[in-house]
Amino acid sequence: MRTARANCSSWRIIFVLLFVLAALFTLPVAASPQQKNSKEELLVLPGEIGRSGGRLVVSLRAEPKTLNPLNAPDISSREVIGAMQADLVHINRATLSTEPALAKSWKISPDGLQYTLVLRRGLKFSDGSPMDADDVQFTFRVYLDEKVHAPQRALLIFDGKPISLQKVDSQTIVFQVPKPYAVAERMFDGCAILPRHLLEKPYKEGKIAQLGALTTAPNQWAGLGPFRLKEYVAGQRLALERNPYYWKTDTKGNRLPYLDELVFLFVPSADAQVLRFQSGETDVISRLAAENFSVLSRQQKDYTMVDAGPGLEYNFLFFNLSDPTEKTPADIVQRQKWFRDVKFRQAVSSAVDREAIVRLVYQGRGAALWGLVTPGNRRWADEKLPHPPRSVERARELVKEAGFSWGAAGNGDSWLQDSGGKPVEFSIITQSSSAERSKMAALIQDDLKQLGMRVQVVPLESRSLLDRVTETKEYDACVLGAASTDADPNVDINVWLSSGGLHLWNPSQTHPATPWEAEIDRLFNAQMYARTFEERKKLYDRAQEILWENQPMIFLASPDILTGAKKSVGNFRPAVLEPYVLWNVEQLYLRNEAVNATR
Amino acid sequence: MRAGHAISRWLVLLVALHAIVIFAGFFAPYDPTEQERKNPYLPPMRLHCVDSQGHFHLRPFAYALNLREGSFDQYEEDTARLLPVKFFVLGANYRLLGLVPSRWHLFGADNERIYLLGSDSFGRDQLSRFLYGGRISLFTGLLGAGVTLFLGLFVGAVAGYYGGWRDDLLMRLAELFLALPWLYLLFALRAFLPLAVGPLQAFFLIVAVLGMVGWARPARLVRGVVLSAKERDFVRAARGFGATDGYLLRRHILPETSSVLLTQAAILVPQFVLAEMTLSFLGLGVPEPVPSWGNLLSSLQQYSVLVSYWWMYLPALIMLPFFVGYLGLGSVLQQRAEPSKIGR
Repeated sequence: MRTARANCSSWRIIFVLLFVLAALFTLPVAASPQQKNSKEELLVLPGEIGRSGGRLVVSLRAEPKTLNPLNAPDISSREVIGAMQADLVHINRATLSTEPALAKSWKISPDGLQYTLVLRRGLKFSDGSPMDADDVQFTFRVYLDEKVHAPQRALLIFDGKPISLQKVDSQTIVFQVPKPYAVAERMFDGCAILPRHLLEKPYKEGKIAQLGALTTAPNQWAGLGPFRLKEYVAGQRLALERNPYYWKTDTKGNRLPYLDELVFLFVPSADAQVLRFQSGETDVISRLAAENFSVLSRQQKDYTMVDAGPGLEYNFLFFNLSDPTEKTPADIVQRQKWFRDVKFRQAVSSAVDREAIVRLVYQGRGAALWGLVTPGNRRWADEKLPHPPRSVERARELVKEAGFSWGAAGNGDSWLQDSGGKPVEFSIITQSSSAERSKMAALIQDDLKQLGMRVQVVPLESRSLLDRVTETKEYDACVLGAASTDADPNVDINVWLSSGGLHLWNPSQTHPATPWEAEIDRLFNAQMYARTFEERKKLYDRAQEILWENQPMIFLASPDILTGAKKSVGNFRPAVLEPYVLWNVEQLYLRNEAVNATR
Repeated sequence: MRAGHAISRWLVLLVALHAIVIFAGFFAPYDPTEQERKNPYLPPMRLHCVDSQGHFHLRPFAYALNLREGSFDQYEEDTARLLPVKFFVLGANYRLLGLVPSRWHLFGADNERIYLLGSDSFGRDQLSRFLYGGRISLFTGLLGAGVTLFLGLFVGAVAGYYGGWRDDLLMRLAELFLALPWLYLLFALRAFLPLAVGPLQAFFLIVAVLGMVGWARPARLVRGVVLSAKERDFVRAARGFGATDGYLLRRHILPETSSVLLTQAAILVPQFVLAEMTLSFLGLGVPEPVPSWGNLLSSLQQYSVLVSYWWMYLPALIMLPFFVGYLGLGSVLQQRAEPSKIGR
């Protein structure tokens, strides 16, 4: 008994000694960010000065699939990776223009072919190892490697030729683009710089794309973003902690980020996310549907709801205009004859009540749409695009011109029939997971009934819907939505070009199927390499007008970006670009520590 | 005697309720699929007899509702605009019993629509949708129960009367059907069907599926009754006189099963109505915009509807008399069939 106590106290002394020693060693390190280190070139961010500490909790609809920026297709992964990684040049989500990030400056040669980027001095990965031009070289080697299948690769290829880069010294890199390209510096956004010291070996072994599982040990993963991996609990949450080596400070010289911890909870349904936010379990919420936004606004207590205005999401109806194969069912081929008639599509467009969609689907929190570029993207939207109001009479004229007529049905209604006497009946597929798009389809169904078209709405699970649209092509029409990832038109290249996989009405064509598609291809490619904004805008406007004239996509509406945050969250400034709320996560802070500490 | 009295009381209730649903076209004021887009989520209008000035009106009236400025779904009564309820008015086209074209409706109002149960997200009249939806839901229940009982009677009679390997085979099959995870099979079945299923096809599909699913339990009950009936003295005597199997089954054995079948019917119908509602709730039933009770309730899946629009629950409440009617009838029938087990 006695010896045990003696043992105990001697242990305690040793422990205390160890602690003091440890403190002596760690103190200078911990203090160093506050010192003005002449070697470090930190980025100073303007904005409200926050207070350090605390934990911010966010909900994600699904578990992220990976932490690896090389193969992250899903929203959840992108959201998490955005907080852990950084790029050379970044698109500011609020101003939508590029600004220096890891590269403190860049120069473009007069011929537009050379980009010289100068890195910040003293950059370190989240595990403390230094970052320099070698990491950049390694990163782009990986992105450009065909075997890795990185989605970023497509943006780094111009006219079939990849960019190339050369290291000048440990801070300077020269990028060569094969063709003078309009906004080449935008391509760096989203190309997270990878840690060579951790990933070179797996890359050589060909295993790099498989890395980044959520179960990765925190010391085996590093990035240049404001947060680093801390803990993952399967099915529940992913916790990130503050990256002490982050390269931004506020105007008072406090190293960012302010938060100690960023926690992502996995909450599978939108309604459950709302409930968690209402009960105070999460601090911010984004991607809100209008109904839930108004529920939260009505019961508003200790949170602020922000309508950030129309975003870049566009919803549209399109018809199956793909070339039939032997496998295409005969009835679809038969109906495609109607769909291929531009007058038929124009009639549908004219009969659709876009204002009703905005009012009934988005409760007025959205904008009617006549083209792909949403009103949220003021710089690129074509003001000359006509915005005709709904007109069933005009629609009737158009179908009549196209050779359709009306036959009387038994109960006094009249139904549209084609020149062969076949009644116009078709189905619209839509995502069952999206209540909004199902509702749009139901409204369109009713609109077209007034034109005498018999339409059925078929809700499908998202994967089988995309499979039908892009693979088997067994569908008549579809209501779908997409969101541009950037305000610049170039990110929608796969939608515009006839060879693109998201050219949904007739994807991945080898040759443009119609003259107007060939013309859009030409205009879009020309704007990519045009040098001035005015020139690009003119070409892009023309492409939008051709799209309007031919109506392969009948644009419907664009929802506002609806978000909310607890009143205690400081620097909350939602943007219309993804990630709507966490884009300035390094500046977010919690005003009242006491409230959050009790959680 | 008393049981007979109770049965007729429940029957009168059920017949009355079904008549309302069958003549939905007449009792419903509007076309159930017609959208009135300026009135989404309109709360039920209250009927008044005394107006805001204190004047008494013999004819009940509702006040027109106006959207509150800048709001999407907040309405206020406009006491200047009275909507008197008119009876036997001309309105939307429909076919009485699916045959006779007509435009007469029990009630309605001039100029503006009257929403007694409020409207849904498209501004469709919930009362009309409820009445028309009852046609689909109740008739799925009735037809489904009919198919089920027919199958159950056939299988149960064969298994019970002939016995032996036929009995074993059929009863094992019935057990298999009882053990299958039906909801998942339905999901799988839906994936094999053509993309667009019309309302009528969907209706018969549901009936067929429900009939297929439900036969096992009545079959086992019928088999039990047949087993005991075929050993009764009068049956043995009839067989001794040379009666054929067909005659015995028709004349002596199957009549014994009638009380079991009737009781089962009264229990199965509400069960199948609920099954149809489950399928429609999950999006496997009749497609929108055709109303069914399941479709009516499916909007309650959304949290925002649950907390914002209380009248969307009303259909669930009005359905209750239908279920009470059937279950009441079922229990009375059961009492009559097994008087000794009343206290159970």
